[in-house]
Amino acid sequence: MVEHLHSDGEEPCVTLDAFLSQSNATAVRLEPDEDARALIPHLDRLALIEVAFPKFRDGRGYSSARILREAGYTGELRAQGDVLVDQIAYMKRCGFDTFAPEKPLNPADVEAALTRWPEHYQGAADGAVPIWKLRHG
Amino acid sequence: MYKYDEYDHAMVAARVAEFSDQVKRRLAGEITEDQFKPLRLMNGLYLQLHAYMLRVAVPYGTLDSRQMRMLAHIARKYDRDYGHFTTRQNIQYNWIKLEDAPAILADLASVEMHAIQTSGNCIRNISSDQWAGAAADEITDPRPWAELLRQWSSFHPEFSYLPRKFKIAVIAADEDRAAMRLHDIGIQIVERDGVHGAAFYVGGGMGRTPMIAPLIKEFVPLEDMLSYAEACLRVYNRYGRRDNIYKARIKILIHELGADEYRRQVEEEFAHVKSLGIDPPKAEFDRIAKQFAPPALDASAPDAIDRSDPDFAVWVDQNVAAHKVAGHAIVNISLKPIGGIPGDASSAQIDLMADLAEQYSHDELRVTHAQNIVLPHVRKADLYAIWQALDAAGLATPNLDLISDIIACPGLDYCSLANARSIPVAQKIAARFSDLGRQKELGELKLKISGCINACGHHHAGHIGILGVDRKGTENYQLLLGGSGAEDVSLGTITGPGFDEDGIVDAIERVTDRYLAERAEGERFVDTFRRVGMAPFKEAIYG
Amino acid sequence: MKLLTGNDLKTGFVTWWTGSDWSIHIEDAADVGEHGEAILAVEEAARRVNAPYIIAGEKTADGPRPAHIKDRIRALGPTVRPDLTLKPADPAAGDWVI
Repeated sequence: MVEHLHSDGEEPCVTLDAFLSQSNATAVRLEPDEDARALIPHLDRLALIEVAFPKFRDGRGYSSARILREAGYTGELRAQGDVLVDQIAYMKRCGFDTFAPEKPLNPADVEAALTRWPEHYQGAADGAVPIWKLRHG
Repeated sequence: MYKYDEYDHAMVAARVAEFSDQVKRRLAGEITEDQFKPLRLMNGLYLQLHAYMLRVAVPYGTLDSRQMRMLAHIARKYDRDYGHFTTRQNIQYNWIKLEDAPAILADLASVEMHAIQTSGNCIRNISSDQWAGAAADEITDPRPWAELLRQWSSFHPEFSYLPRKFKIAVIAADEDRAAMRLHDIGIQIVERDGVHGAAFYVGGGMGRTPMIAPLIKEFVPLEDMLSYAEACLRVYNRYGRRDNIYKARIKILIHELGADEYRRQVEEEFAHVKSLGIDPPKAEFDRIAKQFAPPALDASAPDAIDRSDPDFAVWVDQNVAAHKVAGHAIVNISLKPIGGIPGDASSAQIDLMADLAEQYSHDELRVTHAQNIVLPHVRKADLYAIWQALDAAGLATPNLDLISDIIACPGLDYCSLANARSIPVAQKIAARFSDLGRQKELGELKLKISGCINACGHHHAGHIGILGVDRKGTENYQLLLGGSGAEDVSLGTITGPGFDEDGIVDAIERVTDRYLAERAEGERFVDTFRRVGMAPFKEAIYG
Repeated sequence: MKLLTGNDLKTGFVTWWTGSDWSIHIEDAADVGEHGEAILAVEEAARRVNAPYIIAGEKTADGPRPAHIKDRIRALGPTVRPDLTLKPADPAAGDWVI
C-alpha cells in the first residue's frame, strides 16, 4: 500500500523521546539518528512506527526497519519523507509496508518498481525466499 | 569460472529493464539529475569531463574469452575503440552516450556481465587475487568466497544507501596481490585445524585519510561469513558519519570508535544476525566452488623453455610467474608500454588477448589491480608463441613490477574530480627510465600516481607515490616514499614541497640514484627506504 | 568574462552557451555577464543541458579561454589522446590547455 497522505482520524506520531516518557501513545516517529532498539520493549503496544527519511541519501532508516521487524514488530511500518520510487522496493524488503513520500509517486511507476525483481539473492525482512534456498530446496 | 544459472540471468535482466526505465524517465524529464545521479551511479554511469563514463564490473577480475570479446565490441560500437582497465579490476569506457547505456547493459548481460554497483554508496565489485587458482602460494581459490559475497551484496536492500562507498577484497595467500588491507573489508582465507575460514580486516582505505585495516576477527567460519559481513555493514550503516563526506568511510568510524569497540559492536550485532538464517548452506558454496574447479592441466607437460631468442628470454624473466602445476606458467601482459597510457587497451588488443586466452589459457583471463592482464593457465611450451603474438600487438613490454609498470588514475585528462593530470607524468617517468637495463637494476619498484586526494591511483601504497594537486590553478605534484599495498603494507610519507611536471620526474631520478647508492645486498627500494629513513632521500631531493 | 558550460543530457558531450543555443566548440561561447544563473535555470529545466555551471574566462585573439585548466581540458579533449580532441590536426592544440 502506498499512501500519499495520512488517513483521516489517525493518531499523530509522537517523537521517540515523548513516546518513551508518555506511555499511552501507539504511534511513534523515528528519526535517522535514533536507535530503533529503544522501541523493542514496547513493540506490542505500537500500531504505527513512522521512520523518517529527511534526505533520500540517508540510508539509516533501512537498518531501523529491519531491526524492528527482526524484533517481531508486526504493526504498520511507514517510510516518510524524501522517499523515491526507485527506493521503495528495497524499503519493502527491509520491512516497510506503507510509504508516505513528500512528493507524490506515479502509481504505475510504483507498481513497476514493486514487481521488478523476480527473486532476491539475500534474505531480508520481507519473508522472500532467497535464491540460494530456491536452488537447494 | 562461475556460470550464471536461470536466477542470475533473471536478476541481471531485471536490472537492465530497471535501468532502461530509469534512463527513459530521466530523458523525459520525470526525474531530476539529482534523483537520477545515484541511480546511474549504481549502474556504473558517471558524468566525467568529456562525456558519460561507464564502469563495467569484472567480478574478482575473472573473464573468459567471450566476455573479453564483448568488452572489445562495446569499445568499437559505443565508444572510441578503447577501454581503460582500473585499479579495482574493472574496465571503464570514456565516451558513452546516456541513450546507449541500456543497450550496452543488455549486451553485457548476454555474456553474463553487468555494471551493477560499480559506483555509488553501496557495496562495490568484489576484488581478488589475479593469480587465484594458479598461484603456487595460495591455500585455496578465493573466488568461490568472493562469488558468495557478490551474490549477497547484489541489490542488498539494507546497504544500498550507505554513508559512502564500500569495497571488499578477498585473497587466500600470504602474499597480498590485491591490496587487501587497504579495503573497507579485506578478507584473507586462512586455515585452522584443516578447515578454511575468513580473517576479517575492516576499516582500511586510501583517499584523503589513508588507513591500514586492523584485524577485527581472526577466523570466521564459512557458515558464518555472510552474517559476519552483514553485522560489519549494519554497524557501519547505522553509525558511520553522514555529516561530512570526507569522514563517511568506515575507516573513520573504526578510527574514532577504536578497533576494540567496533569489534564489540559487530560481535553483538553478529550474535543477533546469526539467528536470522541468512547464511546459505554449505551446498551452495560447493555449487559455486565446483565451477571454479581447476582446469585439467597436464603436469607432465615439458618444463623447459627455449630461451634462444634474447628478447623473449627477457620477457619470460620479468613477466612470467610460477604456476602451481609443473610445465605451466602464469603470463602477465603489461598494459604499460613506454609512452603509453597505463591500463588502456584498444579493441584490437582486447580481442587479441581474448584469442590467446581461448587458445592457450583454458579460456581464462584476469584483470589485475595494477591495470595489467593475466593469462593464468599457460603451458610453458606455448610461451614463445604467446610472446610473439603479444609482441606484434605492442603488448609484450617486459616491465612487470618495474618502475615503468606505473599505476595511474585517469587524472585531469578524463576525470571531473581530478586536480592534476596523471597520465602525462606517468609517460614522462616511463620515458626517463625507458632503458630496460636501468629499470632492472632498480628492481621491484612500484610507482603509483593519483591525480587527486581520492587516491584512485593508490599513491599512498606506492613504493614511490605521486599525488597531483591544484596549486593556485596550476598542476603540482607531491612525492611520497615508502608505501606498499602488498603483505608488507605501509603508507607512504610526503617528502616535502611539491614539484611541477618536469620537476617531479627529476626528483624521482634523484630518489632512485640515492637508493642505488644506499642499498644493501638484496634490498628493494622500499627495503632501503625503511632501513635508512627519509633523511637521505630528502637531502638528495632538496639538497 | 563569464561562460556557461555543461554536458549534453543525451550524449554527455561538453557544451558551451552561445547566447542562443549550445555548441561543442568553445570558440562559439558567449559572455553571459550577470545572466548566467537565469539562463542555466531555464536551460536545465528544458533538459537542453545537464549539470550546467558558470565559469570565469578571458577573451583572447583565438576566442574565449576558460580560467581554469579543468575547463580548458573539457574544451579541448584529453591531452594524452590528441586524436580524440576537437583539434586532432593541430599538434600544438595541447599547449592551449597549459
